[in-house]
Amino acid sequence: MIFGYPLLSVAIWLPIVFGLLALATGNDRNAPLARIIALVGAVLGLLVTLPLYTGFDRMTSAMQFVEMKEWIRHFNIHYNLGVDGISMLFILLNSFFTVIVVIAGWQVIEKRVAQYMASFLIMSGLINGVFAALDAMLFYVFWEAMLIPMFIIIGVWGGPNRVYAALKFFLYTLLGSLLMLVAFLYLYLHSGGSFSILDYHQLPIPLDAQILIFIAFFFAFAVKVPMFPVHTWLPDAHVEAPTGGSVVLAAIMLKVGAYGFIRFAMPIAPDASHQLSGLMIALSLIAVVYIGLVALTQADMKKLVAYSSISHMGFVTLGFFIFNTYGMEGALLQMISHGFVAGALFLCIGVMYDRVHSRQIVDYGGVVNTMPVFAAFFMLFAMGNSGLPGTSGFVGEFMVIMGAVKVNFWYAFAAASTLVFGAAYTLWMYKRVVFGAVSNDHVKHLHDIGAREILVMTALAISVLVMGLYPLPLSEVMHASVNDLLVHLARSKI
Amino acid sequence: MTYISTLFPAYAEIFLLIMLSVTLVLDVLITGKTKTMTYLLVQITLLGCSLITVATHEFGVAHLFNNMFVDDLMSDVLKLLTYLAVSMMLVYSRSYLITRGLFSGEFLSLVLLSTLGMMVMISASNFVTLYMGLEILALSLYAMVALQRDSATATESAMKYFILGAMASGFLLYGMSMIYGATGSLDIQTIAHVLANGTPNVSLLVFGLAFLVAGLAFKLGVAPFHMWVPDVYHGAPTAMSMFIGTAPKLAAFAFVMRILVESLQPMMVHWSGMLMVLAVLSMAVGNITAISQTNIKRMFAYSTIAHMGFLLVGVLSGSLEGYGSSMFYAIAYVLMSLGGFAMIMLLSREGFEADNLYDFKGLNQRSPWLALMMMLLMLSMAGIPGTIGFFAKFSVLNAAVQAGHITLVVVAVLFSLIGAFYYLRVLKLMYFDAPESHEKINVQPDSALLISINGLAVLVLGVLPGALMSVCAVAVQQSLLLH
Repeated sequence: MIFGYPLLSVAIWLPIVFGLLALATGNDRNAPLARIIALVGAVLGLLVTLPLYTGFDRMTSAMQFVEMKEWIRHFNIHYNLGVDGISMLFILLNSFFTVIVVIAGWQVIEKRVAQYMASFLIMSGLINGVFAALDAMLFYVFWEAMLIPMFIIIGVWGGPNRVYAALKFFLYTLLGSLLMLVAFLYLYLHSGGSFSILDYHQLPIPLDAQILIFIAFFFAFAVKVPMFPVHTWLPDAHVEAPTGGSVVLAAIMLKVGAYGFIRFAMPIAPDASHQLSGLMIALSLIAVVYIGLVALTQADMKKLVAYSSISHMGFVTLGFFIFNTYGMEGALLQMISHGFVAGALFLCIGVMYDRVHSRQIVDYGGVVNTMPVFAAFFMLFAMGNSGLPGTSGFVGEFMVIMGAVKVNFWYAFAAASTLVFGAAYTLWMYKRVVFGAVSNDHVKHLHDIGAREILVMTALAISVLVMGLYPLPLSEVMHASVNDLLVHLARSKI
Repeated sequence: MTYISTLFPAYAEIFLLIMLSVTLVLDVLITGKTKTMTYLLVQITLLGCSLITVATHEFGVAHLFNNMFVDDLMSDVLKLLTYLAVSMMLVYSRSYLITRGLFSGEFLSLVLLSTLGMMVMISASNFVTLYMGLEILALSLYAMVALQRDSATATESAMKYFILGAMASGFLLYGMSMIYGATGSLDIQTIAHVLANGTPNVSLLVFGLAFLVAGLAFKLGVAPFHMWVPDVYHGAPTAMSMFIGTAPKLAAFAFVMRILVESLQPMMVHWSGMLMVLAVLSMAVGNITAISQTNIKRMFAYSTIAHMGFLLVGVLSGSLEGYGSSMFYAIAYVLMSLGGFAMIMLLSREGFEADNLYDFKGLNQRSPWLALMMMLLMLSMAGIPGTIGFFAKFSVLNAAVQAGHITLVVVAVLFSLIGAFYYLRVLKLMYFDAPESHEKINVQPDSALLISINGLAVLVLGVLPGALMSVCAVAVQQSLLLH
């Protein structure tokens, strides 16, 4: 209760309340009002989370801004919130992107505006809940509830094959989370009736049970990350989702899966994590190399960025399972950077799609001639995606590779191949879309981005550059928590 | 006078019976299609019963009529919910039945009579009372399904329901007679006592138990004794399907509790295995078959089968925790399916049944509020967190994990994943598809208010399930431990 109000609760419920208000404006006659309510909600949502950063104690790895209330006495479930240096950053990232998607969907969405804006705001609150929950059941409720807005976003405002994509997205994720629920029930029984995540961290568990728990968590989180081979829902979901949906999916939802590994799977089952780290590293490297190659062959821009996301998230899981500071911090920075870069790339594709209604690379060519300002922004984000030094993409990848070298040279070698493949598929796409002579009438009649789009792009461009040049403000807050996590992981819990 | 005052635990039943007779007589004098007076009288009767049940409640367990009848906290809670469910059913189905000319005095009296049957079942403390209650309920339900005499499907399903129901009753009676043969009593307390202390003939008992469980399975509608459920739900007028699919499940839960738990608890090793087979089969048959249904009433029928399978998971865990969670599940189920069936009736109009899945297409564009309520109900049935359906499933699974049935839990979880698909399909139809008809949806203000309360209750009880959970736990605890 610093600053006089329960920060985390406000961060969760304020967007939800504004979402409900936007929903209450009803049909599209009131669309302007719904947009304004949504924007106010999103901006306020971002402002109330800022004190999380400024008031954060960098010296401790303990949970901060803790709120604790009894929720369901019968099962000893608590409304227990708190953040450490890891989760706090993602709440900020999420609130930031809520503003971005509300602005990005300002004019583009014309039908059922109130429902669109409400879905994003409600989802934003629920995702903040996922990152802030310290009670396993509270986490689970937020975790599954956030599927519903996304399901509706993809299904209502998505592309032609949206129904298939929405159902696939929902059922894939549900499969994983139901197994996680079983793991929670086991832990509840085993811990003598507690749903506190921090209790689970300290709970001794025999190795075979740890392995089963780890597998259950693996299903839940690997689907979300997504890791090879359970990644197949992501390209479908991304391609069919509207721009805002793709942005949130790439920037935030994938991070939720990775966050799950470091908040649940690894600290609850550290011995199993070590035992299965070989497998996890192998899956991560397959994602990095193989999915990188798959991305190279894509003809659809959104699919290309979707595969590139899977490949970049491979870096994140690789960083986690090499168990050293470089790897872990690199992975976390990579998560944030990928949020900015992939989110920005999806916005860029959205900008072009809004004008031409095609995502195929062959339908473009010579965009730079008609949209020079846009091309400049797109360039920066493409560079970020290739991991160019000076952009945010470089920091995380470099640190993970450094960490990997310490463990095994060949891990680092395979991971570093992404610097080649990533640059290849991103820049090749960029070349085909942007450079060259104007290829067709569509491109000829393009008009450059307007003030609203420039505002969004500038915000993201600044984030990408600042984080690439000076990542210290981010890494210093996570330092204590990461060190504590690594110490915890090194101890056996059998 | 003193004799009458000793009957106070059964005042609610007595009051209902008197009012039933009054209704029957008065109804002759009330003409017209809407039967407003009779309707109000029935609602007042249900309200009166609730007040009496609350007023006559006392801490502990009261027995009556030579231990034939029991009044404990579990029976009070279940009865109150039964009145509520019946009363909600009447509000929802009133205009639906009036437009179809079925809102007759006979229907209303049958509703009261079946309510009496449920109350007797819930408060039974002897196999004979149980059976009596069951038959009062079942016979009124058969008649209700057949009420639409000019409909071939309704008559057919009434016939099916009657024949299979009669067979199930036969099974039950046969099973009860075996138990009587082995223990020498039909009294629930005495049977429990004999089983705990005597040396009854085990093979005879297990033989009887198998018949009892089969009969129960018929009445609950769990696989492989589920054949009647989809046909009856589909064929009967929607209001009757709603009635069959909701309040009687509360009574059926009480029935399971009284027979299997209160009297045959020492036989748990035997019945929990049988229930496990039934539960897994129901979840499999219900969830998988529901996917291929295009008629939403049939889909609900299969979903009921799956839900009843889930409910049994709690019972077979054999702990207080498990029984309490099953009770919670039954209540959650009644709440959700009341709303689900109500939605079908709200979308129906004269000469048109909205019982096809495609009738829900584009509901979000026709009426966003109704679509939202339906979404909440469907998500709750699918067991998505934030709705009561989640905590129902959660508490049942928790009890099963505590009883060590981890494999069963994993199986249940996987089947509920399959189940999520067809509930999501309803969401898909409502939100993603364009409407096929733009016919205005005419909703009576009372139904509209009630469906909103119903939908929001699913949400509110899903966020704050604590109180209801504690009530269930305490009710089960009291009725089992205080005997």
